[in-house]
Amino acid sequence: MNMMSESATEQLLNPSTSAPIVKMRGEKVELFYGQKQALHAVDLDIYKNQVTALIGPSGCGKSTFLRCLNRMNDTIAIAKVKGKITLDGEDIYDPKVDVVQLRARVGMVFQKPNPFPKSIFENVAYGPRIHGLAKSKADLDEVVVSSLQKAGLFEEVKDRLLEPGTGLSGGQQQRLCIARAIAVSPEVILMDEPCSALDPIATAKVEELISELRKNFTIVIVTHSMQQAARVSQRTAMFHLGNLVEVDETNTIFTNPTQTKTHDYITGRYG
Amino acid sequence: MSSIAQNLSGLSKPVASLFVEDAHTKARNNAEWRFRVYGIVAIVISLLTLAIMLWSIFSDGISAFRQATLKFPVEITADVIDPKGNRNRDEMAKTTTVSYAKLLETGFAAELVKRGISVEGLSAKDISAFVSKDAPAELRNATLADPANMVGTTVELSVLASGRIDGYLKGRVTKESAVNDSNISPAQLELADRLKQAGVLSVAWNPDFISNPDASDQRPEAAGLGVAILGSAYMMLLVLVMCLPVGIAASIYLEEFAPKNFWTDMIEVNIANLAAVPSIVYGILGLAIFINFAGFPQSSSLVGALVLSLMTLPTVIIATRASIRAVPPSIRDAALGIGASKMQSVFHHVLPLAMPGILTGTILGLATALGETAPLLLIGMVAFVDNYPAAPVTGFLDPATALPVQIFGWAQRADPAFIERSAGAIIVLLFFLLIMNVVAIVLRRQFERRW
Repeated sequence: MNMMSESATEQLLNPSTSAPIVKMRGEKVELFYGQKQALHAVDLDIYKNQVTALIGPSGCGKSTFLRCLNRMNDTIAIAKVKGKITLDGEDIYDPKVDVVQLRARVGMVFQKPNPFPKSIFENVAYGPRIHGLAKSKADLDEVVVSSLQKAGLFEEVKDRLLEPGTGLSGGQQQRLCIARAIAVSPEVILMDEPCSALDPIATAKVEELISELRKNFTIVIVTHSMQQAARVSQRTAMFHLGNLVEVDETNTIFTNPTQTKTHDYITGRYG
Repeated sequence: MSSIAQNLSGLSKPVASLFVEDAHTKARNNAEWRFRVYGIVAIVISLLTLAIMLWSIFSDGISAFRQATLKFPVEITADVIDPKGNRNRDEMAKTTTVSYAKLLETGFAAELVKRGISVEGLSAKDISAFVSKDAPAELRNATLADPANMVGTTVELSVLASGRIDGYLKGRVTKESAVNDSNISPAQLELADRLKQAGVLSVAWNPDFISNPDASDQRPEAAGLGVAILGSAYMMLLVLVMCLPVGIAASIYLEEFAPKNFWTDMIEVNIANLAAVPSIVYGILGLAIFINFAGFPQSSSLVGALVLSLMTLPTVIIATRASIRAVPPSIRDAALGIGASKMQSVFHHVLPLAMPGILTGTILGLATALGETAPLLLIGMVAFVDNYPAAPVTGFLDPATALPVQIFGWAQRADPAFIERSAGAIIVLLFFLLIMNVVAIVLRRQFERRW
C-alpha cells in the first residue's frame, strides 16, 4: 500500500516518465543587441517539473535565452526580442503582459550569489511582502521558514535569521538566493550558472537541492559543467553561436548526440 | 646553436645574488624613492599652508569673542527718563538715547571721582569716549523693558567700552599708534591703564558677538553675527528642502528610468556644465528672475536660498548619480528577479545603498553654498541689516544677511576693529563647515552597509 502510493506520487511528480507537459515554449526566438544578433530562431520547449540544462561554449547565447524567459533582458535598453515565448500558452512578450507578474511566476537565481544587504529573514521575506503573499506576521514567518527549509538552509541559519545575509559563505548565500526565489512560489526557476562561484561541496549541495526542487518547480539551468548537466537535468539543450544546435533527453545528448558539434563539445574537443 | 645560446645567456646573466642590486633595479628603486619624497613634500607644503592660514585667522579673530567692558553704577534718574512719573512705557519711549548717554556720562564720571582715579588733562568728552556709542541704546532698551524696577534706582551696569579702548586692551591699539589717531590719545590710554588696575575696565567673554545684529561703522564693539547666522541657517534649511528632493528625483530618473538617447545625453552634459558655471552668474540670474521678474523681496533668505539651490543642484545631482551608479547591478537584478517593480527595486534597495553617498554629496554641496558670497552680493544680501528676520515661514521673506557676506562687508570697513570681527566671523563660518563635514562623515558611517 505504502509502496504503491509512493510510486504513484513519484509518477505524478515526475511526469518525464509519462507524457511531459510543456510549461514554457520558445518559438523562433531571436534577440538583437543593437545591430548584433545574439539568438537565431531558437525553438525550445521547457517541460513541467523537469530540469532543462542549457549548455554550450561561452558567448553562445544560452544565458541570453535564459534571461528572455522572464524578460530580464528588458533592463538592457538595446536588447530587442523577436519571436514568441509562452508560459502556459500565454505570450509573455505581449504588450499587455505585466512583467512584474511574469517575474513572480518565473523566478531567477543568478551566477554570483546576490543577497540583499539585509538580514537573512528580510532577504527571504522581501518577495512575499511585495507580492502580498503573507497576510500576517505569522504567515510571513511560516513562508520564510518553509522556503529556507526547501532550500536546505534552515538548519544552518535558524539561530541567526536576523544577521545579514551577506555574512554567509558563498554556498549558503546561493542557497539563500534560491530560498528567496522559492518564497514567492514561482512556477519556473531560472538558474544562470548557479554553482560557478561555489566550491565542490557547496556545488553538490546546490545540485542536490535542484533535484529536490524539481518535484515542485520547473527548472531551467545554464551550466558550463558537463557533469553538472548530466547529473541534474532531464533534458539538455546545446547552444552554439546563438543557434540551438540540438535538444533532447540528457541521456541521449551525452551518449548518442546527433550533431558532431554537440559530440565535440561534450567530449571536450571544442569550446 | 645551443652552445651559442648558452654562451649568450651566460654572458648576459652572470651569477646573481639577491643581495646585490643590478643597475636596472637600482634605477627603479631610486625612481620610487624620489616619488615618495615628492609626495611627502607636497603634503608638508599643503599642511603648512593650512596651518599658516588657520594661525593667521585665529590670531586675528579669536579676540573677537572677548570684549572690553566698563563696570560702574548708574542712577537712572526719574526726572530725565520719566518726567511725568507714571512709568508709562509709551511715554517713556519719547526719551531718546541722548538722555541715556548723559546718565551714563554722569555715572561714569562719578565712579572715577569715587575711586579717586585721576583724570588730569582729559576733557569730559575724552572721558565719555570710553563708553561705547552703543551703550545708551542698550541701557534705553533695558529700561523700557522693565520700567518699574529700573527707573529711579541705581543699577550696577556693565557696558561696552569703545572700540579703541577694546583695541588697546587686546594690543591692537598702542600708545605709539594713538599719537597719530584722531579718535584716541595716549592720555586716554593711560586712564585706561588706571581703570584696568581699579577693576572698572576688564576684558570678558562676549556672547554678543554671536547673537548681536550688525552695528554701524562707529561702533564695531557692538557688531555681532546674529542676523548673519540666522540668515545662513534659513538659507541652508531652504536649500536642503529644495535641493534634496529635486536632486534625488532627477538623479533617480536619469539614472534608472530615462532612455539613453540624444536628449538625456544633452541633459547630462548640461548638468556637468552647470556645475562649473561661476557662482556670480547665478547671482545675476537670481536678480533677473527672482527679484526683477518674480518680485520677491530683495535681501531675503528665500531669494538667497533659491539662488544657492540653483548653484548646488548640479553638485547634488552629480553626487547622487555617482552613488546610485555605484550600487552593484546585481542588487537590481536580484530585486527584479523576484518580481519587484522597477520603482520597488530603486526605493527598497538601490536608494538605501546609495544614501551615504547622496547625503555626503548633499552636505558637501550645502557646505559650498554656506561659504558662497558672490551670488548673494547681487541679490542685495550685502545690505546693512540690524533687525533679526522673523521666525519661519514669514521670516524667509525678511531681509537678512549671510555669514560670508558679513565677512566681506566687515573686511571692507575702515575701522581696524572690524578686521578682528571679520576674522572672528571666519572662525564661526569654519566652525559651521566643520560641523557639516562631521555630520557628513557620521551619516556616511551610519548608513554604510556592505554588499
